[in-house]
Amino acid sequence: MTKAFKIVVLAKQVPDTRNVGKNAMKEDGTVNRAALPAIFNPEDMNALEQALRIKDKYPESKVLLLTMGPGRAADIIREGLYRGADGGILLTDRKFAGADTLATSYAISMALKKIDPDLIFAGRQAIDGDTAQVGPQVAQKLDLPQITYAEEVLEIDKTKIQVKRRLERGIEIVESSIPIVITVHATAPECRPRNAKQLMKFKHARTLSEEHDNEHNSYLPLYTMDYLKIEEWGVNEIGGDEKNYGLSGSPTKVKKIENIVFQAKESKKLSSSVQDMDSLMKELIASHTIG
Amino acid sequence: MANFYKDNKDLKFQFEHPLMKKIVALKEQDFKESGQFDYAPCTAEDAIDSYDKVMEIMGEISGDVIAVNAENVDQSGPVHHDGRVYYASGTKKNQDVLTQAGMYGMALPREFGGLNFSMVPYVMSAEIVARADAGFANIWGLQDCAETINEYASDDIKKEFLPRINCGETCSMDLTEPDAGSDLQAVMLKASYNESENKWYLNGVKRFITNGDAEIKLVLARSEEGTTDGRGLSYFVYDKKWGGVTVRRIENKLGIKGSPTCELVFNNAPAKLVGERKLGLIKYVMSLMNGARLGVGAQSVGISEAAYREALKYAHERTQFGKPIIQFPAVYEMLALIKAKLQASRTLLYETTRFVDIYKAYGFISEERKLTPEERSESKKYQKLADMYTPMLKLMSSEYCNQNAYDSLQIHGGSGFMKDYPIERIYRDARITTIYEGTSQLQVVAAQRYVTNGSYLNQMKDYEQIPVRPEFEPYKKQIVEMTDQYAKTVELISGKDTEYVDFHARRLVEMASHIIMSYLLLLDTQRDESYEPSMEIFIGKSKSWNNERFSYINDFSEFKMGSFLSVKSETSIDA
Repeated sequence: MTKAFKIVVLAKQVPDTRNVGKNAMKEDGTVNRAALPAIFNPEDMNALEQALRIKDKYPESKVLLLTMGPGRAADIIREGLYRGADGGILLTDRKFAGADTLATSYAISMALKKIDPDLIFAGRQAIDGDTAQVGPQVAQKLDLPQITYAEEVLEIDKTKIQVKRRLERGIEIVESSIPIVITVHATAPECRPRNAKQLMKFKHARTLSEEHDNEHNSYLPLYTMDYLKIEEWGVNEIGGDEKNYGLSGSPTKVKKIENIVFQAKESKKLSSSVQDMDSLMKELIASHTIG
Repeated sequence: MANFYKDNKDLKFQFEHPLMKKIVALKEQDFKESGQFDYAPCTAEDAIDSYDKVMEIMGEISGDVIAVNAENVDQSGPVHHDGRVYYASGTKKNQDVLTQAGMYGMALPREFGGLNFSMVPYVMSAEIVARADAGFANIWGLQDCAETINEYASDDIKKEFLPRINCGETCSMDLTEPDAGSDLQAVMLKASYNESENKWYLNGVKRFITNGDAEIKLVLARSEEGTTDGRGLSYFVYDKKWGGVTVRRIENKLGIKGSPTCELVFNNAPAKLVGERKLGLIKYVMSLMNGARLGVGAQSVGISEAAYREALKYAHERTQFGKPIIQFPAVYEMLALIKAKLQASRTLLYETTRFVDIYKAYGFISEERKLTPEERSESKKYQKLADMYTPMLKLMSSEYCNQNAYDSLQIHGGSGFMKDYPIERIYRDARITTIYEGTSQLQVVAAQRYVTNGSYLNQMKDYEQIPVRPEFEPYKKQIVEMTDQYAKTVELISGKDTEYVDFHARRLVEMASHIIMSYLLLLDTQRDESYEPSMEIFIGKSKSWNNERFSYINDFSEFKMGSFLSVKSETSIDA
């Protein structure tokens, strides 16, 4: 019997906060998205690799990307297609705007109900918010088991999956039934590169909105081939209770944002004496910085 | 987070060349595969856009993976054990990532899993990879062998071997032997035909074989018993699965240490004949060598680029006498000259590549239908140009990359002599480029006939016809004057005996090269004025370089040759 899995990878387009320049933050302390390049969230890339490895092993499997964001987030889906994914869905609707993790996971879980996958992979967390909440919340809403901090899928069959988790003080191997939500850690294998043939095949892929806005300058008429169509889903497509979406579905309120600038008073001067080194080592071990 | 394609606008500039659309249309034979393969282009713009995007992948892998692994690969190198070669871990990683990205079989037809790219992006990839790690560039670049199989082997052999290239199987071309280096006519490895089995077997030794433990080998061997020259040699393909070849040792080299150089023993190794008997050296290897020389040209330009960037970085960082050393004339002159030589060799590289592209495309078209008389004459014209430019490119780009690595190390001062900076590796890696795939001296031999038969001069006259904007006329005038001086110098040697002509050949080939590169930079400046400084520097230097050569040849008398001949009667102290 050949095994085939329907796999969804949750991916987010994020501002690249890894190489932050002077103008990365606005005066009010929020991220200046315009100044930072938009990238595929790095741990979502690790998640995609885990999904593609299952497809390598069971080529009948399908890997779909699911992302929520504005129209330009279709880039994320194309990036996934270039690396071996089969298709993608962009969740985009004005009604989703202003969503916190709760409203986001609601929208994603509604879309996932419609897709009905066997496996859901996501990055542990996104580098813009660092909350690590969306994956677990999705699992909760779908009433599915979840494995967080995953590093490698060790075994999988039609009913269960074995996964290695990377924890602070070691590794743990766990087994679960499927369907399941798995969030993948940055120590998992890096994602494969874009493939030349996949890129040439899917560079014309685009959403209907991109086509209308003429944003995607392509030589091929849209939908010459089915695989060139990137689906866009809004509230109309996924249903659900409108008040759970967007701002109204987001209980998180930002009270205040502070700019933390490290002051010299937080620094300590140490000499090269044995005593000073000894005290530094003890302090670092106590704070788990090393050891 | 480095991208070796995107950070270098000189590369994309090549895709904007006026000939590019014609090249693509020929290569894609009017886009007949669009619809048949989901990744085939439907227009020239579409194809060039794909080249651009795929080069971005190449640039990213080169910057983020290959360049990062280079130091470690250089230090640990491949390992020889029990007759086999094991790559350094970084080499293996490079290989895996490039395979996943589909970067093998780049120029092969789609029916064999290739990308059917024209030579321009293929050569560009070789340049980008070489900038990251010149040693690894050899392993990647040996997919050239697949080109030879595609051009000359039977359909059965093509079907058996070519689809494996895109899956990451590597190649080697097994030509040289202990007593057959530059002189390949002396190859002795024996190919014997077993009539009852209808099979060929190879026996003998090959030496200095790059990537000698490859899955797929092309082997030059003596198939005609009793012969001693090139006409007794045939070409064979060997599959590692068939067994019979062991690696006796790998060389401990000065540079390109990540690329295993092997001594091989063939012990009744089965092989299949490629093409026709007796054409091994005279046709197939010559063609393969031309491809390999273009490859070394690309590798040399990549190394020059790396050397330039290291020098530029260090010259800004290093402060002496209260300011960054780039502020001193002695340093910025060197840097500007490195850049001028780099850009001159690059423009020659892609000009040559375009010529190769066009005549090769006609070659493939002619397999499907008869060429029209116009097409045939055009094909001939470009083939001749490719033959004229390839040795010039190999000679000049490899010499320049050595000069550039030398000057870049000099800019690093004492630090450059230490293992702490990449330049010491680049300097060592550069050294082989003037030696392998035909030494500089042999490139001169291949090029000098185009000096004496007037072909280079005609080509200069053709460039002269191309109009330039008025403000650039003074530059053109200088090149025209250089051309006149060159013609005069050729006159000086014409009618002299062969040894006399051979003696001055390098000077003449270099004069012609300087003029042709000056023209190419002048034409590049017409499309993008950022080339103006390099163009001006290069023309100025070329004038003085050519003056020196002219003056030497002009003052030379046959009598003076005697002083050089006298060294022949001296013997080494050991001998």
